[in-house]
Amino acid sequence: MTTPLLLEVRGLSVAYGQVEAVSDVSIAVGAGEIVTVIGRNGAGKTTLLSAIMGILPSRGAVRFAGEAVAPFAIGERVGRGLCLVPEHRALFGSMTVADNLALGAFRHGADERRASQDEMFALFPRLAERRSQLAATLSGGERQMLALARALMGRPRLLMLDEPSLGLAPLIVRDVFRIVAELRERGVAILLVEQNARAALAVADRAYVLELGRVALEGPAAELARDPRVAASYLGIGGRHRDGPPDALNPTPRMSYTASEPPGAGPTATPRPGEDKRP
Amino acid sequence: MNLQVAMLLGQSGITSGAVYALLALAILLVFSVTRILLIPQGEFVSFAALTMAAMQEGRPVRLGWLLGALCLAAVAMDLIASVRARRRPAVSRPTLWLCAWAAAATALSMLLPLAALGHAVQALVTIALIVPLGPLLYRVCFQPVAAAHALVLLVISIAAHVALVGIALFIFGPEGARTEPFSDAVFTVGPALIQSQTLWVVAVSALLVGLLYVGFERHLYGKALRATAVDRLGAELVGISPDLAGRVSLAVAAFIGALSGVLIAPIITIYFDSGFIISLKGFVGALIGGLASYPLAALGALVVGQAESFATFWASAYKEVIVFTLLIPVLLWRSLARTGVEDEE
Repeated sequence: MTTPLLLEVRGLSVAYGQVEAVSDVSIAVGAGEIVTVIGRNGAGKTTLLSAIMGILPSRGAVRFAGEAVAPFAIGERVGRGLCLVPEHRALFGSMTVADNLALGAFRHGADERRASQDEMFALFPRLAERRSQLAATLSGGERQMLALARALMGRPRLLMLDEPSLGLAPLIVRDVFRIVAELRERGVAILLVEQNARAALAVADRAYVLELGRVALEGPAAELARDPRVAASYLGIGGRHRDGPPDALNPTPRMSYTASEPPGAGPTATPRPGEDKRP
Repeated sequence: MNLQVAMLLGQSGITSGAVYALLALAILLVFSVTRILLIPQGEFVSFAALTMAAMQEGRPVRLGWLLGALCLAAVAMDLIASVRARRRPAVSRPTLWLCAWAAAATALSMLLPLAALGHAVQALVTIALIVPLGPLLYRVCFQPVAAAHALVLLVISIAAHVALVGIALFIFGPEGARTEPFSDAVFTVGPALIQSQTLWVVAVSALLVGLLYVGFERHLYGKALRATAVDRLGAELVGISPDLAGRVSLAVAAFIGALSGVLIAPIITIYFDSGFIISLKGFVGALIGGLASYPLAALGALVVGQAESFATFWASAYKEVIVFTLLIPVLLWRSLARTGVEDEE
C-alpha cells in the first residue's frame, strides 16, 4: 500500500456480555482508499463500525490520522473527520432536508455550512428539489442520499457506510455505488460495510471478509472477487471461477435484500432487529 | 355565579395557566432532549420567587452558597472525568463559563443595593442567579449517568428535587413570601376588571413562547436540540454532544422557571416547597399534550389553569384533587388511542 494510513485498527474486540461479537480484528484504510468489509448477517460488521466510532466500548487500538482515538467521544471523532452513516440512517425525520444538512455541518461556521450545502445540492440534485420537505416523507433511496449528504456536510476524511444498499431497489443501489466511487475522486476515504458483496467488491480497492467476528480473508478487492471461497459464499456463484471483476454498474446482488420499496415508508425506516446486536 | 365572577375566575385561570404553560414547555423540552422528567423544575420557580422577595425586603440573597457548592462539585467531577479518560486533568470550558457566570451573578446580588433598585433590575439579577443552576444541576446530577435508563434518571430527578427543597428551607427559611406587583394599575374593559399583573404574565409568556418558537425553528442550536430529541445517535453522529444538548436544555428550563417565579411571585404566596405543586400542574399540562407536542402541552396547561381557577370557586377544598383528576380521562383516552406518547424503553 502506497498511501499513508488514515485508519488503523489493531486487535479490536467487542463483547456483548460473554459473547465476543468481534474478536481480534485488524483492518486499515489508507487516505483516499475505498475499503470494504463483507460478511453475512451477524458477522460483526455493524459492531466493528460502532466500536470504531466509539458508540460501543471495545478493547484494542484504533488510530485515526496517526492519533489514538480512545479518549475521544463520538462528537470529537466527528470533529477529526471520522464519520459514520449507520444502517438505519439516523435522519431527523421531523425536520426538513435543508435542516438535516445544516446540522450535518453543526461543528462548522455559517459560511462553510452554506458552501457545503450548495455543494451537496449540486451532487444530489434530487435533494435540492426536496429541500423543504420533511426527511420522514422521503423515499428510501432519497433518504440514503440525504444520509450520505448529511455526513459529507461534516467534511469527513473517512466516511464509514453501514449497508448503504440495504432495502433499496437495484437501480438505486447502482446510484449509491456510483456516488461512493465519485467520493473517492473527492479525496474522501471510505470504509464500506456491505452484504451486497458483488457491488462492494466492484467499487472497492481492498476488502476484508468477516466471518463470526474474525477476519477470514483480506486482499485487493479484484482478487477477492475471483477467490473461489468468496465466490461460493458471497457472490452466489457455485464454486465456478469468474473471469474478471464483476460489473459495477450492473450489480445483480443475489445475497442481499433487493425488494423494491414502497415510496415513503420503505423497509429502511427500521433497522432489522437482531443483526449484530445479539446479547 | 354571575358574569363578573366568571370573568374574574377566567382571568385568574389565564394567569396561572400561562405560567403552567411555560413550565409545561420546559418540562417537555428537557424530557424530549434528555429523557429526564425534571421534577426540580418547580424549584427554579420557588428559588426565583423567594430570591426576588429577599431582594425587595433588603435581606441578603444567600443563593450564592448553593451556586458555589455546585460549581465546586462540577469542577471536581470534570477533573475526575478527565483523569478517568486518561487525559491531562482539566476543567471543561463550559464548566469554567458556568462558574464565571455564577460568580458574576453572585457578586452582583451582593454588591448592588437591590432593594432600592427597580423591579426590572431585581428580576434580571434573580434570573441571572437561577439560570446557571440548570446546567450545573445537569453536570453534577445527570451527565455522569446520561445514558442510563429513563427510570434511573427519574429517580435522580426526584432525589435532586428533595435535596433542593431542603436547601431552600435552609437558605430562605420557612416563611412564605410575596413580591410587590410590577404595577398596581387596573383596567376596566366592559364588565371586567383586568389587573395589570395579569397582562404582564400573559404578555411575557406569549413573548417567551414566540422566542422559543423562533429559536427552535431558526437557530442552529435550537435545531440541534430538536435533532437530539428526534434521534439521539443521529445527533451525536453529526457532532452534537449530548452533554451540550443537556446543559442547554437545562439552562432554558432554568430560565423559564426563573421567569415564571418572577411572574407569579406577586400573585401567590410562595414557600420553600411551593415549586413542586406548581410544576406538577405544568406537568399535567404536558401530559395532556402526550409529552410530545409543544402546542398541545401549552393548551393542556391553559386548561389546567382554568380548571383550577373555577374549582377554587366551587369546591375550594378539592381544587388540587380536581386538577389532578383531569389526568385520568386523558390517560385513559391516550392509552386507548395509543398515539403521541413516545415510548422508547
